[in-house]
Amino acid sequence: MTPLIEIRKSVLVSIWFMFLTFPIMVIRVNTVENVVEWRWHNMIAIGAGSFLLSFVWRYMIRRKEQGIRRQREGAGPRLSIFQRIGQERRIFLPALTLLAVAVVVFPFLVSMYQVNIMTTAFMYIMLGLGLNIVVGVAGLLDLGYVAFYAVGAYTYALLNHHFGLNFWVCLPIGAALGAGFGILLGFPVLRLRGDYLAIVTLGFGEIIRLVLENWNEFSFGPSGISNIPRPGLFGVAFSLEAHARYIYFIVVALAVFTIFMVNRLQNSRIGRAWLALREDEIACQAMGVDKTRTKLTAFALGATWAGLAGVIFAAKTTFINPASFTIWESINILCIVVLGGMGSITGVVLGALVLVLLPEYLRAFAEYRILTFGVVLVLMMVFRPGGIVSNVRRTYQFEGPDSGDK
Amino acid sequence: MKRFVCLTAVVALAAVFAGTGIAADTIKLGVGGAHSGDLASYGLPTVKAAELVVKDINAKGGILGKQVELVVEDDVCKPEVATNTATKLVDQGVRIVLGHICSGATKAALSIYNKANVIAMSPSATNPELTQSGEYPYFFRTIASDDAQARLEVDFALDTLKLTKIAVLHDKGDYGKGLAEFAKKFLEADKRARVVLYEGITPGAVDYSAVVQKIKRSGAEAVIFGGYHPEASKIVTQMRKKRMDTVFISDDGVKDDTFIKVAGEYAEGVYATGPRDVSKNPLAIAANKAHQDAYGAEPGAFFLNAYAAAQALLNAVEKAGGTDDHNALVKALRTHLVDTPLGQIKFDERGDAIGVGFSVYQVKKGAYVEIQ
Amino acid sequence: MDLQYFAELFLGGLTRGSIYALIALGYTMVYGIIELINFAHGEIYMIGAFTGLIVATVLTFAGFPTLAVLVLASVAAVVYSSCYGFTMEKIAYKPLRGAPRLSVLISAIGMSLFLQNYVLLAQTSDFLPFPSLVPDLAFWEPYAHIISSQEIVIISVTATVMVLLNLLIKFTRMGKAMRATSQDREMAMLTGVDVNRVISVTFVIGSATAALGAVLIASHIGQINFYIGFIAGIKAFVAAVLGGIGSVPGAVVGALVLGWTESFFTGYISSDYEDVFAFIFLVVILIFKPSGILGRSETQKV
Repeated sequence: MTPLIEIRKSVLVSIWFMFLTFPIMVIRVNTVENVVEWRWHNMIAIGAGSFLLSFVWRYMIRRKEQGIRRQREGAGPRLSIFQRIGQERRIFLPALTLLAVAVVVFPFLVSMYQVNIMTTAFMYIMLGLGLNIVVGVAGLLDLGYVAFYAVGAYTYALLNHHFGLNFWVCLPIGAALGAGFGILLGFPVLRLRGDYLAIVTLGFGEIIRLVLENWNEFSFGPSGISNIPRPGLFGVAFSLEAHARYIYFIVVALAVFTIFMVNRLQNSRIGRAWLALREDEIACQAMGVDKTRTKLTAFALGATWAGLAGVIFAAKTTFINPASFTIWESINILCIVVLGGMGSITGVVLGALVLVLLPEYLRAFAEYRILTFGVVLVLMMVFRPGGIVSNVRRTYQFEGPDSGDK
Repeated sequence: MKRFVCLTAVVALAAVFAGTGIAADTIKLGVGGAHSGDLASYGLPTVKAAELVVKDINAKGGILGKQVELVVEDDVCKPEVATNTATKLVDQGVRIVLGHICSGATKAALSIYNKANVIAMSPSATNPELTQSGEYPYFFRTIASDDAQARLEVDFALDTLKLTKIAVLHDKGDYGKGLAEFAKKFLEADKRARVVLYEGITPGAVDYSAVVQKIKRSGAEAVIFGGYHPEASKIVTQMRKKRMDTVFISDDGVKDDTFIKVAGEYAEGVYATGPRDVSKNPLAIAANKAHQDAYGAEPGAFFLNAYAAAQALLNAVEKAGGTDDHNALVKALRTHLVDTPLGQIKFDERGDAIGVGFSVYQVKKGAYVEIQ
Repeated sequence: MDLQYFAELFLGGLTRGSIYALIALGYTMVYGIIELINFAHGEIYMIGAFTGLIVATVLTFAGFPTLAVLVLASVAAVVYSSCYGFTMEKIAYKPLRGAPRLSVLISAIGMSLFLQNYVLLAQTSDFLPFPSLVPDLAFWEPYAHIISSQEIVIISVTATVMVLLNLLIKFTRMGKAMRATSQDREMAMLTGVDVNRVISVTFVIGSATAALGAVLIASHIGQINFYIGFIAGIKAFVAAVLGGIGSVPGAVVGALVLGWTESFFTGYISSDYEDVFAFIFLVVILIFKPSGILGRSETQKV
């Protein structure tokens, strides 16, 4: 392609965007005060910006297409750096040790704020891995995952408020109730597939939130529950910093436990059944997999982690109200799973870190924070649709007697 | 993608170091609240108020010879974000905070401030528990609490308007429902009137015709609504379009000029409670003018409350001789009267402002007019 | 009295349902073609409302008569929303053909966040009053307390749009191409259908419907802000699924059923649990008819 054509294309794009953004970017009307403001400088900025970006965009798209072509011609999918590390045992073990040391030392090196947001990130790792079981592994699109998170949080808050039960007692109860609600949701939606499932789960999430909002006698309504105690340790009095670190370590321990459990689950009999169910429901049933049971365990096990994370959430923020459990929260967790790479544990961990830490560090962008976040989501998906770590499907190659001695 | 991860890591590291930056000798005033997201319009005016007050004070040479520095952090009105915001402020050495905006976020942030002995003053968090529960000793506010407002609305409906059948509605939110519950409680305690309908409406819904029909059917003479102006204007408009002349009484969230502009002719006659009229207070006039000069627009919600709060906080710092002793700060806030756009104020034992009153307003010819 | 109350609730539900339907139509069309839950559809609706407001205000200041303002503002809103829909598809969805469906969904969510904040930053976070573009007609005054002229306009526009879309899909060449694409994209391509064009046209039509709805609804409600698209979008999505996603009459039926459900539930029971009931109703319908009221029940093939 000649540069002239390229430039012409970019000019057209630039004109198109100037036209497109004209009413919103250039004119500002204030019908309260009846003023019209014309901001022509915005139009110039848009024109110049889109002119330059269109070159970058086309270059990136071309590179992506070349990549796909190369893949088709052979070579197979390139493994990402993380997967390569995972396969090299020599690098993998030291790298893991280094990471573990870093995680342990981290809270003593940085400020309380950094510890707190890392705690949040680890909580989202748990949530992401839990949802990954449902969405990534079993292939059931769940838009109401936040409901189980709410169940966990309210379990601790209410049990503590009424019966004075402490954090450690509530942790397993929260997990169990989460699982229970998972099964409760699982039953009616067994027959549904794809987007019908998505909308029903979305509805379920909203139902839980609305009930918490309306049923004052039970949940104290929209004003929420305050003064939820932070987790204790045999009555030791903590300073604010020490408590932040303590919660951090609890969350890290639970996240590691989650990673371990989910890893074991994926390779278990039930994990294989989930994968099979995702790929082909009918073939799966024909092979003798109990569809009902498999789906219900996916919902229940997925919800368990949300219940756990919910209890920690309540203990960490010390105040909860239904406003924390809106559909945006579900969407956020879903983004973690998809952005990280569906079905891949490393991917989900990275996805959680990026999605929680990015908006925090984007605070420098102030009001452009969410705007940038939206752009990042779109770009990530366009240029890496499989997520950060695309899951390599497990394949078995049959090596017959004559191919063996090649 | 790898580059992207690298970039994130670099940004992360940069932020770590920025967080532990060098502390200059200034007085840091933290501002926490919703500065982005759908509730940003309630939080941003507070930032502007703080900027104006600080600019003013710094121009006069600062406090105790030190310049005042603003540390603004966004909490999107979410409790879980507010705890992070609060720790970030505490980490940066902030000892006095103007904020937060929403009651829920404020409660979550206070769990950090309380332990760190940081003083917080909200221009807008009206939840009664904040001051009445006694659990937040370092919390103050320059706005009256929900129950005071509900009391005023009920008294006005019963004593002045002599109504007997009242419908109480709310928007299911923290603020609106809290207020509606108090209104209902006060009405039920009084023999003169009956609550004929008590309902929560769905905020943001495309129309409220079913609820409006229900009000009509209940035979209510008046509606007491707890919530914000977007829903209020929809309900009022639909009631008037159905040719109903039911009296509409609402709260501070509705006493906003946007309500009148949006509801237009239908807003006429609506009652709303709000902070006592200060439009003749020279300080308020000056503050509004400063805003107009600096940002070229009329100030937004809670601007004057925030202005007063910033002044009260900084005045207390001056009286207490610095920000190190939080008990001295609390004492200064409780004892010294400050001239603010809201009038002369100081704070009571619980943290509520003395001297900030509420009045009933009515929309007359497209403007809110205070009723004596 | 009671019959009248019932009738009033019925009409209220009808209006509400028509509002949902105007947004749900775009949802369902896009879904029918590329099986994408277009999360940013609500934002297209919101942009339509903003463009309409901006154009209407500027024209009113310039002294145009009311009728001209109404027409020009609607046209501008439709044109701009269509262009936004077109561009959005080119940027956020087209490069993702053949990618996992969830990736496209996340891309749509990203687009939705971007557009919301774009309008928030370029315009304002406050609610803006939207002028009443459909005048209250004098001769209708005796009946205005039952149903206003604006509500009649909304209901009739919804009906017209539905009929037109149905005709378009059933009888035009483009409609045939759309149906072919929705059944089997690759096969359609082999028979000479320009699939990319079909998808673009679908986005343009869906966005245009949303914009038309935006101007009428905003003018009925009287206020807009950058967040209206999300709430309306979720409800429209529920309506589309309820009716059987992918089917044009289904979207309208689903929207009306949803509108009536909410209206009657609020009227006879309580609006506290209005949405809870709407969602439970949805679950119950889907349990008995897993592909919606008018959806084709697909036989699973091996």
